[in-house]
Amino acid sequence: MINRETGTFKRTYAEDLAIYRTPLPKIAVAVIAFVVFVIIPWQGSEYWLGILNLIGIASLGALGLNILVGRTGQISVGHAAFMSVGAYTAAVILREFPGTHWILAMLGGGCAAALAGMFFGIPSLRIKGLYLAVSTLAAQLIIEWIINHWPWLSGGAQGSIYIQAPTFPWIEDGALVSRKMEANLHYYYLIYVVLAIGILFALNLFRSHLGRAFIAVRDRDIAAEIIGINIFRTKLVAFGIASFYAGVTGVLYTYFYSIANFESFTLLISIQFLAMCIIGGLGSILGSIFGAIFITMLPIVLDFMLRGVGGAVFGWDDAAASAIMPQWNLIMFGGLIMFFLVVEPDGLAKMWRNFTDYFRVWPFPYV
Amino acid sequence: MKHPKLSFLALAGAALTTVVTAGAANAREFVLGMQCDRSGPTQVVGNYICDGAHDYIRLANKMGMFGEGNSVRNFEIDHGYNVPRGVEAYERSKEAGHVSYGLYGTPHTYALTPKLTSDKTPGTSPGFGSAGAANGKSYPYIFPVAATYWSQAGAAVQFVMDEWKASGQSGLPKVAYLYYDNPAGREPLEVLRDIQGRVGFEMREYAVPPPGVDMRPQVLDIVRRYKADWVINHTFGKAPAVSIKELSRLRFPMNRVIGFVWAAAEIDMQAAGWEAAEGYQALQFAGVGQNHKVIDEIKAMYAEEGKPPPEKMNVSVYYNRGVFIGALHARAIVNAIEAVGAENVTGDDVRRGFESISDFTLGGFMPPLNLTPEDHEGGGWVQVWQVRGGQWVPLTDWMQGYRDVIMEHVANAEPPKG
Repeated sequence: MINRETGTFKRTYAEDLAIYRTPLPKIAVAVIAFVVFVIIPWQGSEYWLGILNLIGIASLGALGLNILVGRTGQISVGHAAFMSVGAYTAAVILREFPGTHWILAMLGGGCAAALAGMFFGIPSLRIKGLYLAVSTLAAQLIIEWIINHWPWLSGGAQGSIYIQAPTFPWIEDGALVSRKMEANLHYYYLIYVVLAIGILFALNLFRSHLGRAFIAVRDRDIAAEIIGINIFRTKLVAFGIASFYAGVTGVLYTYFYSIANFESFTLLISIQFLAMCIIGGLGSILGSIFGAIFITMLPIVLDFMLRGVGGAVFGWDDAAASAIMPQWNLIMFGGLIMFFLVVEPDGLAKMWRNFTDYFRVWPFPYV
Repeated sequence: MKHPKLSFLALAGAALTTVVTAGAANAREFVLGMQCDRSGPTQVVGNYICDGAHDYIRLANKMGMFGEGNSVRNFEIDHGYNVPRGVEAYERSKEAGHVSYGLYGTPHTYALTPKLTSDKTPGTSPGFGSAGAANGKSYPYIFPVAATYWSQAGAAVQFVMDEWKASGQSGLPKVAYLYYDNPAGREPLEVLRDIQGRVGFEMREYAVPPPGVDMRPQVLDIVRRYKADWVINHTFGKAPAVSIKELSRLRFPMNRVIGFVWAAAEIDMQAAGWEAAEGYQALQFAGVGQNHKVIDEIKAMYAEEGKPPPEKMNVSVYYNRGVFIGALHARAIVNAIEAVGAENVTGDDVRRGFESISDFTLGGFMPPLNLTPEDHEGGGWVQVWQVRGGQWVPLTDWMQGYRDVIMEHVANAEPPKG
């Protein structure tokens, strides 16, 4: 069957190890990849590509946090701080060593963030839950403070470093030239290729020994230790991987804005990323993306809707709409988050799973 | 056709489009992109400023400032002080075809500076963003238009020195600089230290960590140990009110405190208590109060519509700054129309429109503003106002301070390159 395991025989080891074992998900992923990498860039306007860029970057950050919070059960409210570590590392590398390739700077940013994340993950051996949340809160404040007070690192009083736009190879008049990324389309490819790699890595990570160890640590750490999992190592690796994602996310923000600025990575942003994980579905890759889409798009969609409704029904002009709408936007934003969490506490990903599970047994839901 | 209803709708839509385009054939609606924080941490400022800008643009449209049939649409989007949403807001108004852009918030100004430059659209950042942007050569598309933190620092020291001289005391005053410990708070430091070195007065710096709701140790230090003669107060948000409360609790004379432009609003004094704030002085870059011709005109516009004047007008410090921002954008667009004709105006023309603003005062509402391709700040004028009997009273005329020192710093200002 196209969407059921029944009748899908695995004849080789490769087939048995495949991420998707039934035909339908394979087709779906191929179609999504085609839409994401061909149709959207071809048809999308600059504006929508800009929004998709923001969603893509947020998805990567949420995915990283979800590995830590959803899979390993370690609450972190310092995610944005690790992004700023990545952002400033890349910016400083590009400033101090001009000519360094931006991919190297991106990896450098990720690694620096991973180190910082592992350092601040050390307390996780002794403390759990809300206590750990408070200790990662300290990470957020300490990192913000250091960037704020170290002029060499932060580029002086403004606390920001402008960077040159990344370049990419391009064929012009039959010759290979290197072109600067300017349009949202260029960044779109950068961001979505990185996101695709991030998703692929996470998919495989979750199937590995380490990925299963994460779940064991989350569900019952003492039991995990008894069956031979080194808890400290597992937790630290989780912090490292999550922070690597965060660092790369910060670097992507830096490339996209052409500036590293720590005021883009405040505590509020950390909380927003936690919200993405919770609304999307803890521990789920799809959930991270759903959450990122939800949190990024909702204010925009509400803005569009309220502007339209306000104009058509109440006759708001721009002045009235601007004054009233943000308040409604806030109310509905909060209300919708509550609504979705009440309807499905396990997040949007669970809703999607319910939907697919229904069709998995359709038309015999009673079997 | 299978769906008669749908085809009818399509026809109606087509007809409507024709009517609209026919009507707009020789009139142009300019889009003025604006971002605002009406739901985030600075909403107590944004809600007033942005309403002021809206009211001025409506007034300008009503007065037919942009020529026959033309109008300006103030397309404002709330970003809740969130940078990605600010970037989205910019992209959306770019999609709508904006010719000029009103920024809101320092991180947003930084994040959008490269985009504004590559899109050749002028953006205003009055009272925030980078002081170096006064240098039009380094930041061609960013217009601080109002006194930057550097100019405010110069004017504040000038005012302190003048007052010290006027009080007949010998020597030089001991100055305490009380500041919010973020990039905006630290920005004036390099200029202040420079001026201090040249003038030779004593100065100590007191950082207040954000959100600045507790500054007892700093104020105690200033008043009891350092025994400062003057305090320069550069705080934001709830911190100005807290600083006034703490200083007055220790009986520090309020007429020896001078605040920068974000420690200067009615709401801050309300929060601290007008009595406690009696004598407090602050810098303003736009007129305060309602005794201005332009405010009367806005009131008249509301009266004509049969509505009472907006309540937000009463927080005149912020509301008037919004009017100031709206007026400058309107002026720049008018200049651009005069230069190239309404149908040809692009963002770059509006930039030149900003750069050709000269001696623009709006009837004393703002300082004599002169913008040039080199100077995007317009002179860095401020006015000192004082709290007397529960309201702001002007104390000085439009003033500048240590302009030579500040211009040296501006000349060397460049975006911090990576």
